[in-house]
Amino acid sequence: MLSGDEAIALAGWHANVALGTGYPGTPSTEILENFAKLGGRAQWSPNEKVALEVAIGAAFGGARAMATMKHVGLNVAADPLFTVAYTGVAGALVIISADDPGMHSSQNEQDNRRYAVAAGVPMLEPSDSQEAYDFLRAAIEISERWKIPVLLRATTRVCHSCSLVQPRSQRDIAQEASFVRDVKGRVMVPGYARLAHRRLRQKLSEMTEWNEECALNRVVAGGKSLGIITSGISFMHAREAAPEASVLKLGFTHPLPMRAISRFAASVERCVVIEEGDPYLVEAIRAAGIQVSGKPEMYRFGELDVARVRRILRADTSPEPAPPPGKPPQLCEACPYRVVFDAFRRLNCIVAGDIGCYTLGALKPFEAMDSCVCMGASVGVGLGLRHVLPPDQASRVVSVIGDSTFIHSGISGLMEMAYNPPPNGHVVIILDNSTTAMTGHQEHPGTGRNLSHEPTSKVVLEDMARACGIRRVQVIEPRSGSDTFEQALREALESGELAVLIARRPCVLIARELKEYEQRCQCGEKGEPCGAAV
Amino acid sequence: MNNAANAEKRESPAGPPCNIAVAGLGGQAVLPAADIIAGWGLRAGYDVKKSEIKGMSQRGGSVACDVRFGAQIHSPMVPVGEADYLLVLEATQVEPNRHVLRSGGVTIEPSLVDADKLPQKKALNVALLGALSAHLSMTEQQWLDAVGSAFAPKFLEANRQAFMLGRASRNKSGERQRATVGGKRA
Repeated sequence: MLSGDEAIALAGWHANVALGTGYPGTPSTEILENFAKLGGRAQWSPNEKVALEVAIGAAFGGARAMATMKHVGLNVAADPLFTVAYTGVAGALVIISADDPGMHSSQNEQDNRRYAVAAGVPMLEPSDSQEAYDFLRAAIEISERWKIPVLLRATTRVCHSCSLVQPRSQRDIAQEASFVRDVKGRVMVPGYARLAHRRLRQKLSEMTEWNEECALNRVVAGGKSLGIITSGISFMHAREAAPEASVLKLGFTHPLPMRAISRFAASVERCVVIEEGDPYLVEAIRAAGIQVSGKPEMYRFGELDVARVRRILRADTSPEPAPPPGKPPQLCEACPYRVVFDAFRRLNCIVAGDIGCYTLGALKPFEAMDSCVCMGASVGVGLGLRHVLPPDQASRVVSVIGDSTFIHSGISGLMEMAYNPPPNGHVVIILDNSTTAMTGHQEHPGTGRNLSHEPTSKVVLEDMARACGIRRVQVIEPRSGSDTFEQALREALESGELAVLIARRPCVLIARELKEYEQRCQCGEKGEPCGAAV
Repeated sequence: MNNAANAEKRESPAGPPCNIAVAGLGGQAVLPAADIIAGWGLRAGYDVKKSEIKGMSQRGGSVACDVRFGAQIHSPMVPVGEADYLLVLEATQVEPNRHVLRSGGVTIEPSLVDADKLPQKKALNVALLGALSAHLSMTEQQWLDAVGSAFAPKFLEANRQAFMLGRASRNKSGERQRATVGGKRA
């Protein structure tokens, strides 16, 4: 019994994927962690864009590569995605997007099926762990056959649900990586890109034809009165909600097999499209002139489940019962960053926040965060506020960002700060707890340890800040009962300068592990401490 | 009819799935408890699915996990109002989760177990699993095997004691449940 994430990892291992890259993000994180445990070569990159670019390089070199990320991560990686669709690949490239309908741990519930259409890449959608395994294998085969990147789109209830998996019996033989020069195919200057775009559309049209007979789509035969067209986890809810219905279960959801869909729709009296999130399938199917009904707008929001699918089938738009509120998460009792949010409150700061556990500083008892948009946004948003607000407000604006988020995309904000300084300066606080805590304590380039917690080169945050051109850089250890941090913050705000305060203290949840890692890298060959331990 | 017996009728390979919702707070080992239940289901030869929400699980917030077993399971999520059993590891989480139970469903909560008799405080989860086990048809040995394989061997004896303590609380659980459902009907 495996989770969807574990099944994808196992499929990657069995397919002999040469390199897995990614940036941690719920619900995608466990894919690379498990791929590494199985023996696969897995790496955390500073962000999803870099992760995808590294995977593209591997696939240009003729190898099999996969890049994993959560849905919003694909926004960061969208730039390479759109153009690698043009270039294609020599080996195989699978991009795994783990969407989070219902926003269990995300800032939005964007539907990344739209990316497959926008970028022009084929897309597969598994509905359970067995399909997560099978579809990753199929994605690699499709990628190699058409020399094109493939989007494997999963959702929280596929990634984090466990069900039985029967893997294929043997591991594939590793493909030999080898560089073959193809300047016109890989260098996307306008003259070559125009040709590449036509090649991409040609591939998609061939794939559409292939998808008409593709075994990744199947019909569950049932009664004639109700037909359901569905994909992903919605298939499971639909089967349970309407066991008597005929179902067209789509696994290969871009480009869509419209003839097969049309045949199915014509074979039933009433045809309903059941899909979570955006009306992607229903719009495409209707645009092709096929008569189907979709879901009322209210079901665009949140996850589907069996009860909601029953309601959709009845076209029931009466208000849904609201579940009783659970207990919201909080910053840990012993979290060193509680004092930081206390200080923000006492100094009446306007706080441009960011993504991580510290976003919990927006909730009670602190309520000391005024914005949270996307990874790295705290710095830019804080600067924008500083530029336009009247001085009495502007001088209270701070940006707060975690260490992993700073590495991900805060550094470019810091360059902006030095390049276009607001008149009364600005203060950026980096909460450096030596880990990517929110997603379950993954390493990043600022910890000096790789995905498997082994020592590697380390980005020193204070050096980075100075290199960006910030002169007032201070490292402080936040301690409860001490006002050192608050004092430093007050002084930085009053100075009117550009300042970076690094509040550094390891996450309390990994204190024991950190000691282990440090001991591990001190017992090197000559017993000398390595760079990462210093 | 005893409501617990009514709940047991739902657990047959050919019938509808047996739905178990596990709830608690982050850090309480909700997910391992659900893993053990899923393990029991597998050992008993059922199709099993488990679905969990764990994004903020280490930050003390509500954590919930669904386990379903039967001949063939489709959705991994227990539909609201269709849980046969609600196993709650934290007293404050009973009310926020009660709505998942079907009418006549059984709540397994910390008050069922005499905490003073536990070999150690942490064994509460295993004791509650024991209380749940009394309602289901798998043999005592199947359950003990599943518990045993989930923990280090040195905890085996403590866990066995806790499990049996919980398993013995069955009658109490049935009585409590009748009272609750009776109250609702009134």
